[in-house]
Amino acid sequence: MARKVVVLGEAREGQLRNVSFEAIAAAKTVAEGGEVVGVLLGESVKSLGNALFQYGADKVIVVEDAKLAQYTPDGFSQALMAVMEQEKPEGIIFGHTSLGKDFAPKIASKLGSGLISDAVAVEEAGGNLVFTRPIYSGKAFEKKIVTDGLVFATIRPNNIAPLEKDADRSGEVTTVTAEIKDIRTIIKEVVRKATEGVDLSEAKVVVAGGRGVKSEDGFEPLKELADVLGGAVGASRGACDADYCDYSLQIGQTGKVVTPDLYIAVGISGAIQHLAGMSNSKVIVAINKDPEANIFKVADYGIVGDLFEVVPMLTEEFKKLKVNA
Amino acid sequence: MNIYVLMKRTFDTEEKITLSNGKINEDGAEFIINPYDEYAIEEAIQVRDAHGGEVTVLSVGNEETEKQLRTALAMGADKAVLINIEDDVEDGDQFTTAKILAEYLKDKNADLILGGNVAIDGGSGQVAPRVAEQLGIPYVTTITKLEINGTTATITRDVEGDSEVMETSLPVLVTAQQGLNEPRYPSLPGIMKAKKKPLDELELDDLDLDVDDVEAKTKTIELYLPPQKEAGKVLQGELADQVKELVSLLHTEAKVI
Repeated sequence: MARKVVVLGEAREGQLRNVSFEAIAAAKTVAEGGEVVGVLLGESVKSLGNALFQYGADKVIVVEDAKLAQYTPDGFSQALMAVMEQEKPEGIIFGHTSLGKDFAPKIASKLGSGLISDAVAVEEAGGNLVFTRPIYSGKAFEKKIVTDGLVFATIRPNNIAPLEKDADRSGEVTTVTAEIKDIRTIIKEVVRKATEGVDLSEAKVVVAGGRGVKSEDGFEPLKELADVLGGAVGASRGACDADYCDYSLQIGQTGKVVTPDLYIAVGISGAIQHLAGMSNSKVIVAINKDPEANIFKVADYGIVGDLFEVVPMLTEEFKKLKVNA
Repeated sequence: MNIYVLMKRTFDTEEKITLSNGKINEDGAEFIINPYDEYAIEEAIQVRDAHGGEVTVLSVGNEETEKQLRTALAMGADKAVLINIEDDVEDGDQFTTAKILAEYLKDKNADLILGGNVAIDGGSGQVAPRVAEQLGIPYVTTITKLEINGTTATITRDVEGDSEVMETSLPVLVTAQQGLNEPRYPSLPGIMKAKKKPLDELELDDLDLDVDDVEAKTKTIELYLPPQKEAGKVLQGELADQVKELVSLLHTEAKVI
């Protein structure tokens, strides 16, 4: 069944996030030959439209308003609902980002629809669109279908491959106007703390520290390693509880779930609650003094040794590799 | 202040998940208050202690959920309400739960509703924002700080590591992120008192809802466990050589660098 599918593009610091292109790829599957409509909401976002075409959107719509400069559930929902009324789509895909998680339930509720959150795959099987999503933070998975109404899903970053960029693809970006008013949650201030470097949930490489890191300063060598690899720093609950780092870095069943290409666990014992947050990473490296540590059971490669010795050596070795490449 | 907390009973985070007959095996498993809901309960108690009023903990669940509600009462909540859907709803989804909660809350004049930002089992994070939308009140998710002054709430929320400071008017619904507070353990006197606190049990009928009104929009057709990861290669030899070998393996064998 061909469907019209709306994809919400999400910009960060003036650039579309990768997950938006991944969402287009997911939308293509859901559309089953129908039209994929990219939507951008913001103060001045029209110039980003072309990238949506290049990654596969058939049509791009923008709603621009100074009140949309920052995301608020009220402002964005008024804008998106204006697009919904015009387009009347049969499917919607958002990224399962901080914005997508906050925004999608409101739209689903307005439309009286279901919502499949945090999907890592979608396929057509036996006449159904089947979404796969982790439950119990990845200790198990479920396959889910929509039984009534709109096919609405948020997709987890880094899991669905975007279509290949086609620089020749383009199209006309059209504008929908919406009256944005009565925003009930006013953003007073944005304090950036973890933005130096790469976002944890989208990072291709994560270097995570546990209690073995021993102090806030102990995270420094991990940061250097992450920098060399263009990755992000994460932490176990143990490290966060001990105040070595901020809770926003926590990976686990409480905290973030990450699925990078490379996960380097440093001084992390590997409690079940932590494994739930990272064990679906593509390649796992464990560095730990204790050869019996649980983390070695899920690691592809392990080094038994003092992290304060191993990590700086590893950083140097990756630097060499980069120079030679 | 009239404060409500949305609570879910979940598997303990230290539980391994196994399947039997294609369903999650619950035999012998430990259940807890969803950890993010614990922050919500703690925050509710602190707000009440500072501003007066009453904390009611609300859960859609089954008979077993009474235990977690009693724990919330032992922490210091004043009342608990269980909406027991065991006999009515077989396969609900987030639409189902939100509809039931909103139906219960619609005439309660809540000033503040708190929940966890996500449940560690289903992990969708949908129910609380859906409830706010159905009640027509604003919401702020993943909060790490809440200050109430009269009818104004100043709220800090975590946005992928950044913090947004928001201002809004009551009534509002908020969902707790880790770092909001340190939930207390129930004290022994608290546990004794909790036994006498009111715990009401309702069913769909009591809310004037039919099974059709809350019928799920999505359905789980299969559950499976991820393939067991085999333990990999623990490198041997001099540390310096191990490091070189690791970099080479990541580059040529795993091809991730």
